[in-house]
Amino acid sequence: MSARTKAPLRRILSNLLPFATGVGMILAWYAVCMGLSPDQRFLLPTPHEVLRAFFDKGPTLWLATLQTGTGAILGFGFAVLLSFAMGLFLSLSPLVRASFYPYLMILQMTPIIVIAPILILWVGPGLKSVTIITFLICFFPMVVNTTQGLISTDHNLVDLFRMYRATRFQEIFLLRVPAAQPYFFTGLRIGATLAPIGAIVGDYIAGNSANGQGGLGYLTIIYSSQFQMGALFATAAVGCVLGFIFVAGVMALSWLALHKWHDSFSRTDT
Amino acid sequence: MTRDEQSPVVELRDVGKRYGDGPLILDRVSFTAARGDFVAIIGPSGCGKSTILKLICGLNPVTSGSIVVDGLEPSKALEKLAFVFQEPTLLPWLDVVRNVEVPLRLHHSDASGRAEVVRRALSLVRLADRGDFYPRQLSGGQKMRVSIARALSVSPSILLLDEPFGALDEMTRDHLNEELLAIRQEFAWTAFFVTHSVAEAVFLSNRILVLAANPGRVHDEIQVGLPYPRTAETRQSQDYQRLVAQVSGILRSVENLKA
Repeated sequence: MSARTKAPLRRILSNLLPFATGVGMILAWYAVCMGLSPDQRFLLPTPHEVLRAFFDKGPTLWLATLQTGTGAILGFGFAVLLSFAMGLFLSLSPLVRASFYPYLMILQMTPIIVIAPILILWVGPGLKSVTIITFLICFFPMVVNTTQGLISTDHNLVDLFRMYRATRFQEIFLLRVPAAQPYFFTGLRIGATLAPIGAIVGDYIAGNSANGQGGLGYLTIIYSSQFQMGALFATAAVGCVLGFIFVAGVMALSWLALHKWHDSFSRTDT
Repeated sequence: MTRDEQSPVVELRDVGKRYGDGPLILDRVSFTAARGDFVAIIGPSGCGKSTILKLICGLNPVTSGSIVVDGLEPSKALEKLAFVFQEPTLLPWLDVVRNVEVPLRLHHSDASGRAEVVRRALSLVRLADRGDFYPRQLSGGQKMRVSIARALSVSPSILLLDEPFGALDEMTRDHLNEELLAIRQEFAWTAFFVTHSVAEAVFLSNRILVLAANPGRVHDEIQVGLPYPRTAETRQSQDYQRLVAQVSGILRSVENLKA
């Protein structure tokens, strides 16, 4: 509080600086464009060329974003549900963890690029494959976090519950699950950053444009083969925004669940 | 079951305890507590004070000997018992009211009666106006009060307290001791109170059990004749100070015994 009243200048600066950095970077971008020799100029579009591509390809980009977003949401959603169920299962005993963790690791270690052709043969290219690839990318870190949360319950609280003869069911759902929320949301945040990337990569290697509409990954292939650099940059920007939307959504959820009681959101002075 | 005033409420007979293949924690501990007794248990660290409480409440089984709680095995007598831990052990994601009603929810008591029980328990510990606070918004003393209210919510006939005020500053501890005794005037539970503080033991209890360590065993028992109700003035009395000195002496001799 006092620091804020003492240094209004500093506060203005701290609000202004990120903006100034952005302007500086755009200027630097222009400078690099100017510096390129004419035969190299096509490699780096200027900011306004990117902007123009953004408007020219608007409808296409929008539909592709919807396509990729659907895959990302579905894959992420399944990953949330199944990682939670898997976490519950793994939290049951060290024996269960010892028997299943190695195989989860194998699943995680297998490169997606190798899995993709198999998926295409199994379920065909398109939304199903994209969803499964997104799921595979998000699933593991979320399982690990959820499981860790479920087995890290304060031992005194577990004693308290046993003392009052809580059933196993009560111990899990009234104690371990709510106590695991901070871990769960950490997993969710990691998943949220991975899901849009997973969906774009999935679309790139296993997308389908048969019905005339591909996702962002498919657009990337098209634009790069046509050397449409401005459109490529615009596609990258859209992918970036999609990622931000996912992360912001999860941050909002975790704020809703945690801000009242968890120290990571402590701002109350009582 | 007959509720004879004279019959022991808690009886330990030659109780021994070891965890797995570990060393003997308790060796042939025997004592009986009558209804309404306030038993303080003190002794050097590692003498198994807390272990005794965990055995009485059935959280752990005895290795040898037997414990009878109100005529029952400890594990069957849980409904008569409440436990106050060393830490407040509150669920941080629940507000004060919902923390206090945790035991009631675990026992599936109906929601309408719960509110009244919780309200009464909270007013006993003078936190009626903090019902919608979360644990992190409370001071250490307030958290401990919530923990006590939670124990009282099940209307126990036996209260087990494991160094509940050990982490609090002296002033807060004294206040809570006085409050605890004031509440006890209303509900005559039998209490077992583990502590490191001789002053606290003398102030609260009518019997002090001094344990020796390695293995834990009963070394001595002191009757505290100070009349109830006891208040802050009790600490000024000569009798109180004499007892504190006497018990401190015994505790010191027990600790030398260990060395």
